[in-house]
Amino acid sequence: MKRRNGSSDSLLTKAGGELDDRFKLAGPARVLFNKVFPDHWSFLLGEIALFSFILLLLSGTFLALFFEPSMVEVTYHGAYVPLQGIEMSRAYESALDLSFEVRGGLFMRQMHHWATLLFMASILIHMLRIFFTGAFRAPRETNWMIGILLFWVGFFEGFFGYSLPDDGLSGTGLRIMEGMTASVPFIGPWASAALFRGQFPGTDVISMIYIIHVFIFPLILLALITVHVALVFIQKHTQWPGPGRTEHNVVGFRMFPNYVMKQVGFMLFIWGVIAAMAGLFQINPIWLFGPYEVSVVSSASQPDFYVMYLDGLIRLFPAWEFRVPPYFTLPAVFWPAIAGMGLSVLLPLVYPALERRFTKDRGHHNLLQRPRDNPGRTSLGVMVVVFWTVGAVSGGNDVFAEKFDISLNAMTWAGRIGIVILPIIAYYLTYRICLGLQQHDREVLAHGLETGILMRDPNGRFYEVHQPLAEPDEHGHTELEYNGWVVPKKMNRVGALPPTDRGFFKSIEEPSENGAARDEIESGKH
Amino acid sequence: MSAHTDSARDEGAAVDLSDPKLTRFEVYKEGLRRDDIEIIHYEPRFAKPGTKAEKRMERIVAGLFLLSGLFATLFVVAFIWWPWEYEGAATWRDPQTWYTPVIGFTLGFSLLFFAVGVLTWAKKLLPIEELVQDRHDGGSSKEDRRIAESTVDTIVDDMGLRRRPFLVKSALLAAAPLGLAAVAPLGALIKDPADMYTVTGWNAERYNDGEPIRLMMKDGALVRPDMVSAGGQITVYPAIDHGATNQFPTAPTLLIHLREADAAKLRENLYPMYQDVDAIWGNFVAYSKICTHVGCPASLYEQQSQRLLCPCHQSQFNVVDNAAPVFGPATRHLPMLPITVDDEGYFVATSDFLVPPGPAFWNRPSLPEEDEK
Repeated sequence: MKRRNGSSDSLLTKAGGELDDRFKLAGPARVLFNKVFPDHWSFLLGEIALFSFILLLLSGTFLALFFEPSMVEVTYHGAYVPLQGIEMSRAYESALDLSFEVRGGLFMRQMHHWATLLFMASILIHMLRIFFTGAFRAPRETNWMIGILLFWVGFFEGFFGYSLPDDGLSGTGLRIMEGMTASVPFIGPWASAALFRGQFPGTDVISMIYIIHVFIFPLILLALITVHVALVFIQKHTQWPGPGRTEHNVVGFRMFPNYVMKQVGFMLFIWGVIAAMAGLFQINPIWLFGPYEVSVVSSASQPDFYVMYLDGLIRLFPAWEFRVPPYFTLPAVFWPAIAGMGLSVLLPLVYPALERRFTKDRGHHNLLQRPRDNPGRTSLGVMVVVFWTVGAVSGGNDVFAEKFDISLNAMTWAGRIGIVILPIIAYYLTYRICLGLQQHDREVLAHGLETGILMRDPNGRFYEVHQPLAEPDEHGHTELEYNGWVVPKKMNRVGALPPTDRGFFKSIEEPSENGAARDEIESGKH
Repeated sequence: MSAHTDSARDEGAAVDLSDPKLTRFEVYKEGLRRDDIEIIHYEPRFAKPGTKAEKRMERIVAGLFLLSGLFATLFVVAFIWWPWEYEGAATWRDPQTWYTPVIGFTLGFSLLFFAVGVLTWAKKLLPIEELVQDRHDGGSSKEDRRIAESTVDTIVDDMGLRRRPFLVKSALLAAAPLGLAAVAPLGALIKDPADMYTVTGWNAERYNDGEPIRLMMKDGALVRPDMVSAGGQITVYPAIDHGATNQFPTAPTLLIHLREADAAKLRENLYPMYQDVDAIWGNFVAYSKICTHVGCPASLYEQQSQRLLCPCHQSQFNVVDNAAPVFGPATRHLPMLPITVDDEGYFVATSDFLVPPGPAFWNRPSLPEEDEK
């Protein structure tokens, strides 16, 4: 036993030695193994996007083996009976074959689509986390901007992806994109003619967006993701404030084995969820939509969720067209689509610089802020979220109108008014809530926790017993400073009064270990 | 192997690595020290190795791994042998309808079991640890900066960038067209939009040797007045080669047979430009089907309110008022196709649309006739 252990040890040492002789690894490897990572669940949101992206590369490669980006007109003779004998593009036919006549093809298609939705959703949630905690502040503005670019490249990558099958829905999306493109001042019609090699839809657009979808954009995404992750690594992760945590250290656990094992587990978990969803939940059943024909559309034609807010803005924007007779026209769609999208790219990109300018805060920040401690920023963020949500809901307003039996025009007007009014209300309410939460933190620090125990003094006055967090002065006040981290708000957060009602289905009444302390409080000694 | 807080803090100084009495853990801690890491807390998850609780946790993790392997095997078996070929409409009893759910379920759960196994291993068996590492935020040291500056300055001076301004200027002057040359090949994509927005499949000069173009249905059948009952509508296309395909994306037209009262209303409202060419025939009117907002087919015809609705962005057009927009984001009416009936009793278009159909574009000529309201 001993000998075998010894020999395997020496084998490992020998292999390590051989590697180190060639690559000089001992130093850098140690630095890597020992690197300390802070721990908080919200730091893993970006990882969901990373792991979905890996799965997107894998499943996309499978799809590319079978998909043909060709707009050659063919007659369908495949397995799906309802479409047999119908004229369609080769792209749509091969997408149908992929769904019906390739082993596991439908599963892969659905996996690719679900992974995309998860990719975009996790980027959004991740960016909200970064925004609301102030993690984008110096020295991390560059990574914030890379993140914004990642979202927008992903946005178009996804849009082009679901445009590829050339089914009825994807053609409708391209049709709308063409209308948006042609509205751009001066270059619009030329840009549209370049994209579609002449008049929409032409016969080239699928092969053009195919090379963008499978090569150019994935390459850009891969490059941006690499720099993004490298910068997180070099600049080190932010951390929440807390005991022992300062601007100048990182408190957490080592990269090996703890962090890496959790990462691998989390990656497999994400993949498992996506694989199960791909098998169990249908997504984008292209065979139901038929081939794209310019004269056919159905109601409830919705884009994927990350495009919906833009579609909603286009629906809500009033019919304002500016004309310079007889030569020029600025179509209504220009404002929500081109100007709106431009601002959606630009404003988040420059936000860190704007905040630096207006707060004159030029320091480096490695400790995160609780959203309540920066009410202005938090309210602004909630305002954007509400604006986005009204837009996204309006992007499906025909579905809401139908399912809930509301007038379609009423939905549109509600959206038009709501998108102006609701963000302002949201700003005000969020600001007040933040201030209220701040106030309550200070209150607990000064007066102690509410115990829920009501007492009556001999004069008949009722009062609630408070549990101070430190030794109080003669007025019952404590001088505790707020350090930017969670202030305990309940007695069981400070170790007293564990939950009285234990048990899942029925209570298991047990005398608590802190029974004595509770008795003391109840008898008014505190 | 458990190290305590205090002992870790005391050892600020380097240890002598040549000391033969050093334990492995002491050498390891020297590595941490060199990376500016300090152990705050480090203890095994189970105080006593080999306890019942530890063994139980080990068995759980091993069980999860084995389950994962089992499901992965099931996935491969199902992927190969489960009947998968689509055979037309089937009920839930036919095994091929379960192919995708079965492989998704087995692969998904295989991954999930492995994931939970690894996570349980990390969370329940690894030592409880908390370490703190210095961050070294901010720029390089003053020394490093000074050295870097001198290096850059030396390079700049070696090249003579300051002494030879003419070289720099000429290089920049050459770089501009060179950059242009790099992107110039993309110019191959540029195509003159010419009249692609203004000429449609209804243009007789271009597509039918000047003969008026008849109206046909999707299947090629020519359209006669008796084919549409009052209050009804059909989609028509120019009766030319490929007239009903995507080659003529702005040609699809909605032919509506109005009831007498509605037709009277329309005649009353008719724009002068359409009156001049006698655009409607009897109670029949033809509107471009392509929405003037961003080009979806405005194809939902509401007979009661005489409205056409575009399902993409809910623009609504009033059929008895030149299909002028009455709600939603569209700003212009759906152009009317002037129609009549030829000697043989078929509908023909007397000309192309008078204004460009479909979405607006930047250099769309806006004619005064469009603002007659």
